[in-house]
Amino acid sequence: MPTPIIEVQNLAKNYGAVEALRGISFSVQEGEVFGLLGPNGAGKTTTIEILEGLRRPDSGLVSVCGLVPDESGNAFKQLIGAVLQSTSLPDKIRVREAVELFSSFYERRRSVDDLMKRFGLVEKSNAYYSEISGGQKQRLALAMALVNEPRVIFLDEPTAGLDPQVRREIYDIIEELKREKKTILVTTHYIEEAERLCDRVAIVDNGRLIASGTPRELKHNSADTTRIEVRLARPDDVEVLKGLESVADCRAFDGYYVVHSSRAPRTIVALVKHLEATGNELVGMEIATPSLEDVFIELTGRRLRD
Amino acid sequence: MKNTIALTINRMQLAMRNRLFLVFSLIMPLIFFFLFLGLFARTSRAALLPAFGQVIGLTVMGNFWGLSVQLVTFREQGILRRFRLAPIGATSMLISSIIANYILTLPTLIIEFILAIAVFHMHSFGNLFGVFILATLGVISFASLGLIIASVTNTMQETQIINQIIWLGFLFLSGATLPLAMLPNFIQTTALFLPATYLVNGLQRTLAQSIGLSALFPAVLSLIGTTLIAFTVSVKLFRWDQSEKATRTAKIWAVSAIIPFLLLGAYEAWHGQLKNDARSVYSYMDRESPQRESPR
Repeated sequence: MPTPIIEVQNLAKNYGAVEALRGISFSVQEGEVFGLLGPNGAGKTTTIEILEGLRRPDSGLVSVCGLVPDESGNAFKQLIGAVLQSTSLPDKIRVREAVELFSSFYERRRSVDDLMKRFGLVEKSNAYYSEISGGQKQRLALAMALVNEPRVIFLDEPTAGLDPQVRREIYDIIEELKREKKTILVTTHYIEEAERLCDRVAIVDNGRLIASGTPRELKHNSADTTRIEVRLARPDDVEVLKGLESVADCRAFDGYYVVHSSRAPRTIVALVKHLEATGNELVGMEIATPSLEDVFIELTGRRLRD
Repeated sequence: MKNTIALTINRMQLAMRNRLFLVFSLIMPLIFFFLFLGLFARTSRAALLPAFGQVIGLTVMGNFWGLSVQLVTFREQGILRRFRLAPIGATSMLISSIIANYILTLPTLIIEFILAIAVFHMHSFGNLFGVFILATLGVISFASLGLIIASVTNTMQETQIINQIIWLGFLFLSGATLPLAMLPNFIQTTALFLPATYLVNGLQRTLAQSIGLSALFPAVLSLIGTTLIAFTVSVKLFRWDQSEKATRTAKIWAVSAIIPFLLLGAYEAWHGQLKNDARSVYSYMDRESPQRESPR
């Protein structure tokens, strides 16, 4: 197996009394899109900012392109591109000026014209940063991250706070980068983002990496169950539902229950009988294979956006 | 070097698009210009050159204010974090902002000279080369002092408070607004420890008395010393991220920037030459003009 382009071993970081990272380890191969999936405060941004060289870890080993990020200075910065969780630029900088300025800092450069075209920014070339929309700002941030043809691209919550249409536009851009075999490390708390974009995903919670693998592997390992989401006319006892035939797990959410079953048809029959016996009614039902969200719930007992 | 040039051009573009920058770098100095020269021209034409020295001093000292505010704003807004990802260092960031400020101050100074000739009919400016060197050193050293403030403050509010306190000292204790010789003796002694005093006094004397820079050697050396210490400490203490707070050690480092003027102030307090110089400038200003005339 080739040497990973990103290697993280036992990474730990505290902010005062808060343990942000508690010994995270993973590696990323060249050309891979690797996702860090987890809720807010899980430690994703701290991890990616350590990898970008913006923060110093308290302990653990980090290597990106064979270099230690916070010790390798400009040699390291020449090799990476990054979109921060929130990119800010001076209000009165023009869009094209920003791309040209950042491009001028690097030894290896892409054509500014090409980047402007590719990210649909040509029409906004002369607009001030303060005048463009959130989606355009994010496209500009992506263009700026690619000015140096980076070997590794870090994207910290690249679609957070964007409307669905803009989010899809950003997905298209990342998928294009994926087709070009760029190495990308992306953090997200959107399940669909991780499932759609990532070759491999690491699930992070409370500063710990609790599972990793391809989205398919993670879902497959998730007890090999079917996910049944049921809405009932009246609340029911979760423990009773857990006792129904072939039920591996059941959790109550706001107005509905998610039941994981190893044999869905038998569980459904048992559920209907149980509802008849207790005088309750089935208002709605959805059957699906487990999502990464289910994997997360199974591992942590919480939803990603709780 | 390439990065510093690119950043300098960018800083200048941003400044030119900022209305507040134009107010503080052009309109305010011109208000001082007409106020001071208009006032002194009515009493004595001999007072015009020292008063012009005060105006140039205020224009130059304005660089103290602008840079610290800009740097803290950039840090608070997370703009510096984005620059940190690029292969550029704190030195490039800081040098570029000083050079940009210097280049942007020059047109204001040139306009002031043109207006001095056109409106107040001033034709002789003493040792003009000395004025140029002092103005250059002044911009660089006061901008560097501004950077020191930015490096030890954590919020814009804190920056503004400290800036205002120091700025008021520069304004009223240094001879920049009221001639130093007019002030009580204890204030004159306090003024000996302020870089602004040496800048204003030096400008007044090079303009009005045509003295050479060699006569101002201790002041010039102190301005250079302050610049070097303030810039080096600013680079050392530079913070890209709002989450990194200034430490107590950093604040002690920052105080080192005033060492040259503490030494010079102590020397002057004992030697007393600057107070005499200030009196000679004041008596020059107070001199009855042989052909008293109003500005046209």
